[in-house]
Amino acid sequence: MWIYEKKLQYPAKVGRANVQMAKYLITQYGGPDGELAASMRYLTQRYHMPTPQAKGILTDIGTEELAHLEIIATLVYKLMDRASLEEIKAAGLGAYYADHDRGLYYVNGEGVPWTAAYIQSKGDPVADLHEDMAAEEKARATYEWLIDLSDDPDLNDTLRFLREREIVHFQRFGEALQIVHEYLDSKKYF
Amino acid sequence: MDREQLCMLKELMALEFTVLEFHLYLDTHPTDQRALMEYNSFVQQLSVLKRQYQDRYGPLTWQEPSAYPWQWINEPWPWEICYE
Repeated sequence: MWIYEKKLQYPAKVGRANVQMAKYLITQYGGPDGELAASMRYLTQRYHMPTPQAKGILTDIGTEELAHLEIIATLVYKLMDRASLEEIKAAGLGAYYADHDRGLYYVNGEGVPWTAAYIQSKGDPVADLHEDMAAEEKARATYEWLIDLSDDPDLNDTLRFLREREIVHFQRFGEALQIVHEYLDSKKYF
Repeated sequence: MDREQLCMLKELMALEFTVLEFHLYLDTHPTDQRALMEYNSFVQQLSVLKRQYQDRYGPLTWQEPSAYPWQWINEPWPWEICYE
């Protein structure tokens, strides 16, 4: 089960409302390398992990990604909340507004809705942990492109925190993969 | 949210993050005794600070006692707080 804590993992700061930036950032909400995809990927892969370390790390990182999802939602909410209709239209979010007003929906920056096709669950721990490491690197790269697109130092502070988490998660998945390899090697008899 | 509460909340967030970092590390290094000792010490500090914060500002999670009326739904929610 899961328990909600009524707090963010890290302060979600926004210097000023910026609809254009919200449009770019929402890909980390419902895009292919976003936080929803990350959480769903790890939480569904954990059932076929062969070692306690791998079961633990997928459970805990899958849970932390939900905290990141909440940070992204908070940033998008703050960037959009006080925007005028003129600003929304100018940023190319008129079609989004027609479907959602300023509500949050799981889409990428181009409005494509989230799909389970973004993730894999192979039932093979080596294949899945490699996918997870690649996913962390793709998310890190996305945060770097988002920081390039943003000129808001407050927003960038929060994005830098999220970028650094991808690096730590990559490290932990790499260690879990090593442990899984050692376990699988120990099971081989010839 | 006043400055004093925000300051305490940020302190709590930082301490909880420290605990999380140790937690993830220990998942793949379960026999690192030094890290485990540090983890236990931070968990202790976190539980003290969390108790103080919740006594002063209301519940952060469920299974907490509540003053009347029901405190859980009190605003601001996390996405409504100005963190600057």
